[in-house]
Amino acid sequence: MIKIRGQRVPVRELSPEQRIKNFSSVPLGYSAEEAVAEARRCIQCRGAPCEVNCPIHLRVLDMIRAIATRQFKEAFFLLKEDNPIPAITGRVCPQESQCEGVCPLAQDGQGINIGKLEAFIADWARERGIKEEIVIKERPHRVAIIGSGPAGLICAYDLRRWGYQVTVFEALHKAGGVLQYGIPAFRLPTEVVDYEIALLEEIGVNFQLNFFVGQNIAFDELRHKYEAIFIGTGAGAPLFLGIEGEHLKGVYSANEFLIRVNLMKAYRFLEYDTPIVCGDRAGVIGAGNVAMDAARCARRLGAREVFILYRRTRKESPARVEEIHHALEEGVTWMELVAPKRILGDEQGWVRGIELVRMKLGEPDASGRPRPIPIEGSEFVLELDTVVEALGTTPNRLFLKHAPELAVNRWGLIQVDEKLQTNLKGVWAGGDAVRGNATVILALGDGRQAAAAIHRVLSPEKLG
Amino acid sequence: MKARIITRQKLCPDIFWYEISAPHVACRFQAGQFVIIQVHERGERIPLTVAEAHPERGTIVLVFQVVGKTTLELSLLKEGEEIENCVGPLGNPSEINFFGQVICVGGGTGIACLLPIVRALSAAGNEVISLIGSRSRDYLILEDKIKAVSSSLFIATDDGTRGERGLVTDVLERILEEEEVRGKIQRVIAIGPPLMMRKVAEITRPHRIKTIVSLNTIMVDGTGMCGSCRVFLGKAMKLACIDGPEFDAHRVNFDDVISRLEMFRAKERLAWAVYRQQLEARQMEIKTKVRAKEGTASHD
Ligand SMILES: Cc1cc2nc3c(=O)[nH]c(=O)nc-3n(C[C@H](O)[C@H](O)[C@H](O)COP(=O)(O)OP(=O)(O)OC[C@H]3O[C@@H](n4cnc5c(N)ncnc54)[C@H](O)[C@@H]3O)c2cc1C
Ligand SMILES: Cc1cc2nc3c(=O)[nH]c(=O)nc-3n(C[C@H](O)[C@H](O)[C@H](O)COP(=O)(O)OP(=O)(O)OC[C@H]3O[C@@H](n4cnc5c(N)ncnc54)[C@H](O)[C@@H]3O)c2cc1C
Ligand code: FES
Repeated sequence: MIKIRGQRVPVRELSPEQRIKNFSSVPLGYSAEEAVAEARRCIQCRGAPCEVNCPIHLRVLDMIRAIATRQFKEAFFLLKEDNPIPAITGRVCPQESQCEGVCPLAQDGQGINIGKLEAFIADWARERGIKEEIVIKERPHRVAIIGSGPAGLICAYDLRRWGYQVTVFEALHKAGGVLQYGIPAFRLPTEVVDYEIALLEEIGVNFQLNFFVGQNIAFDELRHKYEAIFIGTGAGAPLFLGIEGEHLKGVYSANEFLIRVNLMKAYRFLEYDTPIVCGDRAGVIGAGNVAMDAARCARRLGAREVFILYRRTRKESPARVEEIHHALEEGVTWMELVAPKRILGDEQGWVRGIELVRMKLGEPDASGRPRPIPIEGSEFVLELDTVVEALGTTPNRLFLKHAPELAVNRWGLIQVDEKLQTNLKGVWAGGDAVRGNATVILALGDGRQAAAAIHRVLSPEKLG
Repeated sequence: MKARIITRQKLCPDIFWYEISAPHVACRFQAGQFVIIQVHERGERIPLTVAEAHPERGTIVLVFQVVGKTTLELSLLKEGEEIENCVGPLGNPSEINFFGQVICVGGGTGIACLLPIVRALSAAGNEVISLIGSRSRDYLILEDKIKAVSSSLFIATDDGTRGERGLVTDVLERILEEEEVRGKIQRVIAIGPPLMMRKVAEITRPHRIKTIVSLNTIMVDGTGMCGSCRVFLGKAMKLACIDGPEFDAHRVNFDDVISRLEMFRAKERLAWAVYRQQLEARQMEIKTKVRAKEGTASHD
């Protein structure tokens, strides 16, 4: 039916000059006409590699077909069945290494823009207040979910739809996990996240914010009070390099930098009370999504020069292609094959620069990427007044300390079987707490899988 | 969780005593722990130590000094009004054991932070010598409460209007040399301004007395997620919110702690100035309204 046609429908975006003055969404999203035109380019190929390569096997072809024929509502319901948070995944999934990467049209860079179609449909429905009808048949079982990131939210959503009494415990004062505190509004507008959470509240998920399981209630006590527990505590503890100078003022972990900006809205200081200081020249260590987010925030906070400092090369960067592209457009300087040796400060204890050593690539390491090797004697100093360390994060040891009976591996990641059950009866886990720094879609998939496993255990009669 | 203000007391010109409803905190609280509060949706998250907990009433007591915008805003709330968010208890409880003879040193609002610790140490059978100090008599808080749970109490004020003239650290220095206590003190616990805590560490070091301080670093989440509260013990990085807030005073690098507290100073001053202006403008408006009303009243 539909033949290969032409180029990807371009996504309208704010210009780089406009963007760096605010935190508004950079992509403006497809209009209905654009979405239909883009959907019509799909050749509906047999075998649907996009679906195969999607971690949750979203029915991409059906969705695209519905959009191509302007059946937006149908597209939405179909999408929502597979993926409860399409407005979010459409914006943050690494599509280029999942669905879009294997689209036959991608070979000449014209793969179908599946992410933007997904976001379009979700936004279209949200703007019109179109929601699924959920009829809930109550069940008496109580389930506790620890952590309100994507893994916890999806687990809560599924279990609640099946009638369970679900309580989500969240340490922070807002639900959403990284979606709320980490990913900046110019990529994922706050209202999109808030809307999804409001929907969960509407169907009767109980949120207990400002509640840290372990500190507020013993993990054991929680196990007694609830018939099943899902742990979706993420991997939110920052890593530091452990080099000289990390005590200096002006040095942040990416987590602190992003929490101040996103959760606390420090970019609207005076309207909001949480401060942030970002100087003229900011260096961001690392080159993943988190580093791109920090670098782009620094530009928006007024830094005139922002450097990405990466010990490998762009090819090895784990960031989404779109984020790197946007960061460069916004004037971020990419400095690769350099590694920090120490951070330099002045007498008042403020950062003044960083000593870097140049690197070359050697043999592949455990991650399969070439190992960076320092070039002796190539040290040099880059003047900076802000340093953000975006080295990745590890599981929160505060929670693990309170649940010593829980089996974890040597990185503190919770060990689970293929059904996501931990070594403890009635306790499941998923998302970053199990995988380390992974993705929203994998967390979502885990939340779903754990919900199904919990359902099977609590209501075996239903499944026959 | 919102926390309602049950009772509000002014202890001195800039220090307040708030009993607030926080049943989840009250039932789990142990001496040495703190909460993080956010006064309103747009507010900053700030840590405050729990000075008392009343599980039977579901309340906790916070004692705070007005030092910036957030604490000023907090001080303007009335009984019955609510604090938007309150999470806790956070941090590790103090180590409470039978040590024998213990000295507790408190300065300023640190006295309030010390109160539950003194109480718990006494209950554990220790002989607690408390030293508390402030600028002057009018700024000295909780004297009676501390006295009630200490074996003996020494007071120092900068101007000598109450107790001895001078610093609590001077008193500490002297006491440690006294016949009856020399060599007998098992532990010193100090909470107050960082400069005071550093001085205490310097005084006790030659005596080789185990000394504990509670560090008041800048915090955001209080659960180990941001690293803003990092402190250095020798070369080791620790997070005050989850590894502390209490640390071995002889290993803490106080220079870094003090320096890092200044990181946001320029912005904090700005927020303070702007907020004061807004308050004044509001007061002016009220005054003019009242005057206008009086004006019309006198006309009829
Ligand atoms: C800045 C940044 C950008 C990213 N960009 C992308 C992207 O573009 N695309 C992508 O796919 N992925 C991205 N990721 C990764 C992705 O966000 C994570 O993989 C995902 O959020 C993991 O979800 P989760 O549900 O496991 O946990 P999280 O989202 O980490 O949420 C865990 C929640 O649990 C709470 N919690 C922890 N312990 C307790 C406790 N004991 N009691 C109560 N609550 C607790 C925490 O406060 C937190 O809110 C990014 C991550 C970051 C930090
Ligand atoms: C574990 C802990 C317990 C504390 N307990 C008490 C207490 O019981 N009573 C009390 O009066 N004070 C206590 N403090 C200090 C209190 O948190 C600060 O005075 C308060 O945050 C100041 O906020 P502000 O907006 O009024 O002032 P600001 O103008 O913001 O700051 C004034 C000074 O307070 C410090 N400060 C600022 N923001 C923070 C922050 N987010 N976290 C920590 N410190 C900050 C800085 O040194 C700053 O220079 C405690 C701090 C910690 C870390
Ligand atoms: S306050 Fe964020 S890690 Fe301690």
